[in-house]
Amino acid sequence: MISFQTPPHIQNMQNVLQMVAENMMRPVSRYYDEHEHEIPWDYINFIHEAMLQSGAGSLTPDENGKPRKGPRTFYQQLVFTIEMLSWGDVGLYLCTPGGGLGAAAVEATGTPEQKKRFLARFRAKKPAFGAMAMTEPHAGSDTSAIKTRAVLDPETNEWVLNGEKIFVTAGKKALEDTDGLIVVWATIDPEAGRAGMRPFVIEAGTPGIKITKLEEKMGIRASDTAAIVLQDCRIPYENLLGSPEVVRKKSTAAGFKGAMKTFDATRPAVSASAVGVARAALELLKEMLAQEGIQLRYGLPRQKLTNIEREVIDMEIMLRSAWLLTIKAAWMADNGKPNPLEASMSKVKAGEIVNKITQKAVELMGPLGYSREHLLEKWFRDAKISDIYEGTGQINRLIVARHILGYSGRMLR
Amino acid sequence: MYDFEPTEEQKMLIDWVKRFAENDLRPAAHEAEEKAEIPQSLVNKGWELGILQASIPEKFGGFGERSAVTGVLAAEEMAWGDLAAALAVMTPSLFALPILLAGNEDQQRAYLPPLVEGPWRPYTAALIEPAFDFDPLDLQTTAREQDDIFVIEGVKTLVPYAEGAEAFIVYANWEGRTQGFIVPAEIEGIDVQERCKLLGVNALPTYRVRFDQVRIPKGNLLGGLGRVNEHIGHEMAPLLAASRVALAALAVGLARAAFEYSRDYAKEREAFGVKIAQKQAIAFMLAEMATEIEAMRLLTWEAAWMIDQNLPEAPTRAYLALTGAADMAMMVTDRAVQILGGHGYIRDHPVEHWMRNARGITNLMAMV
Repeated sequence: MISFQTPPHIQNMQNVLQMVAENMMRPVSRYYDEHEHEIPWDYINFIHEAMLQSGAGSLTPDENGKPRKGPRTFYQQLVFTIEMLSWGDVGLYLCTPGGGLGAAAVEATGTPEQKKRFLARFRAKKPAFGAMAMTEPHAGSDTSAIKTRAVLDPETNEWVLNGEKIFVTAGKKALEDTDGLIVVWATIDPEAGRAGMRPFVIEAGTPGIKITKLEEKMGIRASDTAAIVLQDCRIPYENLLGSPEVVRKKSTAAGFKGAMKTFDATRPAVSASAVGVARAALELLKEMLAQEGIQLRYGLPRQKLTNIEREVIDMEIMLRSAWLLTIKAAWMADNGKPNPLEASMSKVKAGEIVNKITQKAVELMGPLGYSREHLLEKWFRDAKISDIYEGTGQINRLIVARHILGYSGRMLR
Repeated sequence: MYDFEPTEEQKMLIDWVKRFAENDLRPAAHEAEEKAEIPQSLVNKGWELGILQASIPEKFGGFGERSAVTGVLAAEEMAWGDLAAALAVMTPSLFALPILLAGNEDQQRAYLPPLVEGPWRPYTAALIEPAFDFDPLDLQTTAREQDDIFVIEGVKTLVPYAEGAEAFIVYANWEGRTQGFIVPAEIEGIDVQERCKLLGVNALPTYRVRFDQVRIPKGNLLGGLGRVNEHIGHEMAPLLAASRVALAALAVGLARAAFEYSRDYAKEREAFGVKIAQKQAIAFMLAEMATEIEAMRLLTWEAAWMIDQNLPEAPTRAYLALTGAADMAMMVTDRAVQILGGHGYIRDHPVEHWMRNARGITNLMAMV
């Protein structure tokens, strides 16, 4: 039966997370925004401890230690959590320890043995980070154009990786600051295009992999964004994620599909993050307007609304509808319904509205919105990446289009 | 819990309405618009679907329980068929739902059973006024107390089926508050004037009506003379909310029709060696249309659910849903014409009609 009731267990979690956001994130938002390469250990250690206690917080269902009674709500809980933490501070949210995208890749493509071997560290006493390295300087949306190469050394039964990755979120935290891991996408057969792509797990401390740069960004500055070079980086054979059949078959799109499956699972999470940032901006805007004595008279015909009322009403419509698309995508995942269309729709919408809302909020608050005295300008800067990473808005429109048209990738490029 | 799955009964209802929309509403739509006339047999057949009857309790002659969510599911399918015909079939709701939601028991017992148990008859409501900034909470039509009657004075427009109507709910400004008044058609002073000629929705007969010193018993105030929150009469918020959410759903159905039609066209039409759907410009338009339709559908569902749960935010959410859905329907139908190019401009295809209809959504506030 159609229902929009937030279940009590999720509501309780939200109340707790709101306190975390207000007390652990907002007070230090400006500091970490202005000290881009400092690591927010206070937040990291606190949230790690909190997640260990509650059994929550990983991006993957099977790691979740405590099973609940009733219908599954893992992904719904996840999007609520991410929305609230991003409402707090999205840069800090991206510093939340745990498997992250790296674990998501392990979850999507690894064998049970690999999941056990690689994922245990995220539930250890000390926080650890998982990262994913896909993008290269010349290859972003076109993931099949990656050049990082993995060659098998039959004598030592090791993979030898060479190449360069950029824009690796939490790359430094995963490789250097904690006992984490990076999932590196490399090709075992450059001629094969997509079919040659495979995911390789590289654990912290492995020689031959080095961070060469930490980017300086428009926003989400608390989150480290690393450039990485692999130079004859050797890893055990078993660090290639996937079942033996997948591993043996040289030419198969299963590897690429695994990558895409990873993104499908995490897409609503990114949408949720964008919604959180948008909600922060809209709420602050409404607070500031209220302080100025400006009323919002819902229910009036458009002709009688002031411009500000009209803009705020439009922003509320954008925000709420983006959030509902996100919850629905998560609900489908929880109920075993394939959701790539809904996941991409939520990303298209959320990526668009977080920019519209933050831009409009700064505009409406004039010099106050533009000033670094308020966090609004920071959220404007934080927002932009939402429509870019984890599949640009354009790529996601392409995915939506293919689904609604029944087209393969070849038919609609 | 969150849940996006209709019940089995709702699915059955959606199915019935879908079939009616496809087999009956669609084939009749073009001619109805061109001739500005809907065959009464079509309206009668729609009435037999029982959408209104299913939301009226048994004690008043219906067989169900009012659910805004169910109403929204049905409304979307009806509008997908044809907006004007959907409004025609639903016209008696303009009279029945306010009485169900805000009438007192005497009014409910007097008016609902004959309306609900019988065939379709034109019971209607007069709300909209011919002012550019028409505001349902700031009406020019007035109601004045005089001994044991009310005297109603004013001009209304876009009143569906006013000619030949059995009775109206007339909304008037009584001492600064908008209130509904039950006005049987035989009362003196009701002057049904010219039929409205509109940008769209022409098949639905709507009229300008002058209420010239129309005298009605005081007991005809909707909600009667008992006290509700320090005032006599009734609250408007639930009526506005119900109407808005239904209109939002109609907008979603209308938009979905235009999206599907233009998507199918784009998959067939060729240019530069490929189907135009294979060009990103067109594909992206369609992707955004589909995304916006789903976004507004969910917003509408949530508002309807809030109405059913009696949540205080429901009226505001209904307002947001209608605002968003109306804008969305305008965008989607406009793009649908665009995707069909020159052919979209010709009345042989339905998209230009749907675009004209879309602009009407915000004007059709009348408590559907």
